[in-house]
Amino acid sequence: MKDALRHRELTLNMGPQHPATHGVLRLVLEIDGETVVKCTPYVGYLHRGTEKLCEHRTYLSALPLMDRLDYISSMANDVGYCVAVERLFGIEPPQRAKFIRSMVCEMTRISSHILWLGTHALDIGAMTVFLYAFREREWIMDLFEMLCGARLTVSYPRIGGVRNDVSQEFLDSLYDFCEEFPSRIEEYETLIDQNRIWLQRTKGIGVISAEEAVNWGFTGPTLRGSGVDYDVRKYFPYDAYDQVEFDVPVGKEGDVYARYRCRMEELRQSVRIIKQCIEKLPKGPIMAPDAPKFTLPPKDKVLKDMEAMIHHFVMLTKGPITAPVGEIYSSVEVPKGELGFYIVSDGSGRPYRLRLRSPSFVHVSALPRLCVGSLVADVIANIGTIDVVLGECDR
Amino acid sequence: MTPHSIAEQIRDKFPEDVLEIVEFRSQVAIVIKKERLKEIMSLLHMHSDYSFDYLVDLCGVDYMNKKSPRFEVVYHLFSIKHRHFLRVRVQVDEDNPTVDTVTDIWKGADWHERECFDMYGIRFEGHPDLRRILMPEDWEGHPLRKDYPLKSDLGDLEWKGYRDLIEFSEKARQYEVR
Amino acid sequence: MIDIVRLHIGELAFNIIIILVKTAIVFGVAMLHVAYATYFERKVIGHMQVRLGPMRVGYHGLLQPIADGLKAFFKEDIIPSGADRPVFVVAPLIAMFATISSLSVIPFFDGFVIADINVGLLYIFAMSSLGAYGIVMAGWASNSKFSFLGGLRSSAQVVSYEIAMGLSLVGVMLMAGSLNLSEIVKAQQGYWHGMFLIPQFIAFFIFTVGMFAETNRAPFDLPEAESELVAGYFVEYSGMRFAFFFLAEYVGMIVMSSISVICFWGGWTLPLFLVNALPFLGEIPGIVIFMLKLYFHIFLFYWVRATLPRYRYDQLMSLGWKVLIPLALVNIVVTSVVKFFL
Repeated sequence: MKDALRHRELTLNMGPQHPATHGVLRLVLEIDGETVVKCTPYVGYLHRGTEKLCEHRTYLSALPLMDRLDYISSMANDVGYCVAVERLFGIEPPQRAKFIRSMVCEMTRISSHILWLGTHALDIGAMTVFLYAFREREWIMDLFEMLCGARLTVSYPRIGGVRNDVSQEFLDSLYDFCEEFPSRIEEYETLIDQNRIWLQRTKGIGVISAEEAVNWGFTGPTLRGSGVDYDVRKYFPYDAYDQVEFDVPVGKEGDVYARYRCRMEELRQSVRIIKQCIEKLPKGPIMAPDAPKFTLPPKDKVLKDMEAMIHHFVMLTKGPITAPVGEIYSSVEVPKGELGFYIVSDGSGRPYRLRLRSPSFVHVSALPRLCVGSLVADVIANIGTIDVVLGECDR
Repeated sequence: MTPHSIAEQIRDKFPEDVLEIVEFRSQVAIVIKKERLKEIMSLLHMHSDYSFDYLVDLCGVDYMNKKSPRFEVVYHLFSIKHRHFLRVRVQVDEDNPTVDTVTDIWKGADWHERECFDMYGIRFEGHPDLRRILMPEDWEGHPLRKDYPLKSDLGDLEWKGYRDLIEFSEKARQYEVR
Repeated sequence: MIDIVRLHIGELAFNIIIILVKTAIVFGVAMLHVAYATYFERKVIGHMQVRLGPMRVGYHGLLQPIADGLKAFFKEDIIPSGADRPVFVVAPLIAMFATISSLSVIPFFDGFVIADINVGLLYIFAMSSLGAYGIVMAGWASNSKFSFLGGLRSSAQVVSYEIAMGLSLVGVMLMAGSLNLSEIVKAQQGYWHGMFLIPQFIAFFIFTVGMFAETNRAPFDLPEAESELVAGYFVEYSGMRFAFFFLAEYVGMIVMSSISVICFWGGWTLPLFLVNALPFLGEIPGIVIFMLKLYFHIFLFYWVRATLPRYRYDQLMSLGWKVLIPLALVNIVVTSVVKFFL
């Protein structure tokens, strides 16, 4: 009888404009009833040619392009780029700058995770968590504005250090935030953590084993939910991460709920790191003083000292022309995963090839593996759990 | 095992294919010819001493006029078990820009290879679905090549869809409320 | 004076005029309630979410529903090109008329009901089943895959939960001995607790869950899940037709809450022990008591929407069929056994 009735799957287009796809992601689903038979993601709607642009800009002027990759956690991208260029040139930023950079990286991790929590919960239906999460995010945005004047696309970390020093007011306000925030995390958890509907919607969905996750190239909390404790902050320490104590939360089952718990625990660990950074913040310069040919000299010297003015001029027009010839791969742990920079330098002041390895690109490629065989409503949960930002995926 | 010793061992096993071993800022890169890429990659993935289970990145580089062969495909490999990192650079010449795929070894290479094809025109043999990923499907040219210009007044090379869009918006102006 | 009028125009005309007047009053009051139900939803959910809700239009946003109504009235009427035109036009009308006509059998206070029929409860079930037609027709006629999916899901959900609701009310019917809604309220006064809530708590639970599913409200609002199907079956509707669907949803909320108030909370009466203890409570008019209970129920709708996530579709169906219907059947058996022996 079934052969007598010819039936086809329904092709559904969750187009680039859709409230749940977190940006301009297009998914073409073929569904049989409610089950997804085939899933094809189409990316490239936000491709801005960052890698090509960077080849025509100096190392310093390529920095604002890095902000706009994962625009939700822009500090982390900038720190990643600065760390990569510093490793290439062989510059060591001063201790104070390292601690400040770790501090703002963790603040941006908190900001990105609570945005993830709000949108993920909103997609699954719990609207209230979204508004509570944005209350905290506003606080962090205000802190960023106090620090460097910009809320979203900061260009605060610089090659060799940071742009300007932190004020005592900023540190006090940040400390208050760290005192207040754990109680807010508990507020979010009360709403959804033990809720039967939430557990039913997230447990057992999007399961992937540890070996398969590593084979696909997952990184970050998406990988750690399956039981692999790969974290760039522990494996390739950068900035001040080897001088503070923190744990890396690892899940077990590899489903949506495990990744959710990982990210919630990471929020608490980030608060711990920020508190240690504030307490241990050493005094000193914020820009590497022994790398005059690579970093911009301080502005007051530029207006008085001839040599500083020449350096400033050459740096801004031609870039650091005494750059070494070679290549480097350097990665940082952004909230979404591992952001890698592969820079090939040919000795001129511009990068010859700047390759950005973005975690969201790899995670979106694995969406068919997660979605096929589950229901349409689970596709939404899966998109939420891999935490994509299309700016980073498309560059 | 240090990455340098792994590179030495690979050179001992495949003496004609390994062209040089480069070390810069304590990162080791092996430059190889593309003929036995699949074997070398399988060895690096499977062998218990190396066990490079995580393909970090796969990208192309265009060394136009700087050296020949023109392209290089760069693989970054990391082993979570043994914690060693290695870079493998495969030389691809301009006349026959094809390389074997590694998607059957690491599934994560799938979209990286598609992007390399999109941006450089390097074809990967054996790839399940090699088509453009970031650029529109009907785009002509490979943007990240060094002879592809940066600015948009390209003349003939301009994307035809852009001109269609401009015409369409001119026609749609008749519906505007003045 | 009324008797003189009745003598002059005759019994039939008089009754018709009375019914028309009652209809006008009920319709007008219901529409006003629906308009301000939308306003209060936004305010209540807003305050639960640490924000204020509408504040600009009028004092604290009180004129917001009027602004929304005017906007819906003046909006351009868009019909998608491949849509089935007559079905597309008729669907919102069916949805709205089915729910509004249920208002005609609800006794708001002692003696005030537009049509005091002996099968009031059955009539309401029939009308809500007819409302499901409107949903299916809207989903089909819009010629869009998203609305089609939404319409299918919604109709399956409504049909499943109607069964559970109907069965849960059988317990109430057994205890009251009648399908007439006024009789059911009067039967509750015969008990010391004054409500069927206490002996029929299982039925109350099933009916409340079914209430959320019938009206497509959270946590059962997958058919119109904003993040997945962008408003589901009425995604292609705009302007006044969209307003009709919206009206139908809120009138459905009011109707279901009224049924719950009548069948489980004692309608317009207060429990006897309470009135005996505090005699001033006996002076409160029945309509006020009914309205207070109704408002509490509608608040329950908003509260649940702000708090709970959404059920996935297969979990929703398994809840309706595998949990609620067996529970309702058990409730009927237990009620009949108890009634037989007492």
